[in-house]
Amino acid sequence: MDIGLNALIQNIFNSLSLGGLYALIAVGYTMVYGILRLINFAHGDIFMMGTYFAFYAITAFFLPWYLGFLMAILITGLLGFSIEKIAYRPLRNAPRISSLITAIGMSFFLESFAVVVFGGIPKSFNVYPKFFSDIILIGQSRIPLLTFITIGVTFFLFLVLWWILYKTKIGLAMRAISVDIPATSLMGANVNNIISTTFVLGSAFAAVAGILWAMKYPQVQPYMGFTPGLKAFIAAVIGGIGSIQGAIVGGFLLGFLEIMIVGFFPSLAGYRDVFAYIVLVVILMFRPTGIFKIYSEQKV
Amino acid sequence: MKKVLILTGIIAMLLASFAIADDVVKIGVALPMTGNISSFGQMVWQGVELANEMFPTVLGKKVELVLGDTRSDKTEAANVISRLINLNNVVGILGEVASSNTMAGAPIAEKYHIPLLSPASTNPLVTQGKTYTSRVCFIDPFQGHVAAVFAIKNLKAKSAAVFTDVAQDYSVGLSNFFIKDFTAAGGVVYKEYYQSGDQDFSAQLTDALSHNPDVIYISGYYPEIALMAKQARQLGYKGPFLAGDGAEAPELVQIAGSAVNGLYYTSHFNAEHPVTKIGQEFVAKFEEKYHTSPSALAALGFDDYLVMLNAIERAGSTDPVKINEAIRSTKNFEGVTGYITIGSDGNAVKSAVINEVVNGQFTYVTTINP
Repeated sequence: MDIGLNALIQNIFNSLSLGGLYALIAVGYTMVYGILRLINFAHGDIFMMGTYFAFYAITAFFLPWYLGFLMAILITGLLGFSIEKIAYRPLRNAPRISSLITAIGMSFFLESFAVVVFGGIPKSFNVYPKFFSDIILIGQSRIPLLTFITIGVTFFLFLVLWWILYKTKIGLAMRAISVDIPATSLMGANVNNIISTTFVLGSAFAAVAGILWAMKYPQVQPYMGFTPGLKAFIAAVIGGIGSIQGAIVGGFLLGFLEIMIVGFFPSLAGYRDVFAYIVLVVILMFRPTGIFKIYSEQKV
Repeated sequence: MKKVLILTGIIAMLLASFAIADDVVKIGVALPMTGNISSFGQMVWQGVELANEMFPTVLGKKVELVLGDTRSDKTEAANVISRLINLNNVVGILGEVASSNTMAGAPIAEKYHIPLLSPASTNPLVTQGKTYTSRVCFIDPFQGHVAAVFAIKNLKAKSAAVFTDVAQDYSVGLSNFFIKDFTAAGGVVYKEYYQSGDQDFSAQLTDALSHNPDVIYISGYYPEIALMAKQARQLGYKGPFLAGDGAEAPELVQIAGSAVNGLYYTSHFNAEHPVTKIGQEFVAKFEEKYHTSPSALAALGFDDYLVMLNAIERAGSTDPVKINEAIRSTKNFEGVTGYITIGSDGNAVKSAVINEVVNGQFTYVTTINP
């Protein structure tokens, strides 16, 4: 029984660290959706670019790891800004399906770009200081320090996001835009700037998630954003796409689900992705607005 | 008049292109050059390129290699093989590495009667019931047997946690063959599962380690093995790992670092112990060209090319059907990975090597004959 309890504690921490990463990525999805009603399928690839930026900032430009990470986050934010400006802004008034297809195209573009420029072979992300991998013993469970850092960073960033959204003027504008873009612009807010800010923030979150992800699973390759991106999308839908709290709760729920299914039913482990999709289907069938329903009045 | 001129021009160009096409023998190469197992593709390609440099002609004609990237993906593997046959008109194809990918492309090669010669797909199903699909490597019942015997005799293991990648036919097959021989010898097995592309194995490892296994057998490919080994060490596992030929790639050590020290794997070749004369020559030439010692997959790529070339030579023509017959009657051909005999079932019978990762180096342990 002792072993069972240890395994459970171990798995709770495993879930928290995986769920935190999903939540960080899901927040980027949900912010963009909340404002533009656009599912940014390139988000997973922005996450991938973030890890490459961190990798090259440290290996090619010899920056110390903390500066390298900071640079990567800033550059990824800039990338999000450019993507919005080049690919999505010209289509803002086009039918929604056009923006969606553009997002998928952007995703392919970023993947192919990474294959051509960075190479298709996985790179080892062993550029962070070793203390991140130190093991902390809790009872007989062995938890890497990185797990605590991931959980800590995740919650810290959510506090920052909450502060931006509810205590600053730009956050107020973001919330306003998510309700009605033309009306917000009539109130004198610069809609373009605010949408750009949203992309920068979402992409920066993706970069943080990417760096933490690469430290946990130290392998960087051009297609690495696909699965986490898809999972985070599911997490965002579970929580209620467009809702920040929803993305956070959805991310952690998905993390727990994936780990605990494997923990309790090891023989199903090979199919754990299937469970994420089953949950997605069930949510879409019975509660399409997700756990946190966004109340929106029908515009007439 | 103008039209006639243009038409004549086009016909002349077509004839010219036929004339050029006649002077070369086109061999297709379908490899995972990018994606999850890209390292395999790159290593096999090194071997094929070197072989092509050393033996650039067949039947007095120049050999032209047409490389297609399968992106480590089953669908794309089928597309590439179809493209090589229909667009590039190749007379034979070398590839793919992963069993699942070769199996995805094989029906197309069968349909068009083009020989498909895999360097490294070891799952028995790859050639089963096929006429045009063959290979230059041993198959998994043998590889699983070798690993089980090694685990019991050399590692003194009584229990094993066996990790299977359910998305790869190679892994599913290899795990089953290992489990069959390991349990037949009285060993206890704890089965765990994952899927290619997974990066988090903490839950499976937590479950496996709660049984205190003597050895962890991972039958998948290096990207997952590397991450799994790292996570297993973090969870406090100190015992040995055992894996199949899917483990050998530089990335294994680059990604997992010291975590894979004490990983044993069954393989086809070790550069420290070449078994044939051409093997020694290969190691020397390879080191000269690439400034690193050759991997098992580079050796298999080299052999793959040579067996294909030898078959074309013996067939005395570039007719794919005749080449295929010649491939399947290859007898005691001196390759880098040993003397290759391919039976009418398309499978090669060869000895296996066991290597160990010692301080990040793939070190020779022993050779086991069939």
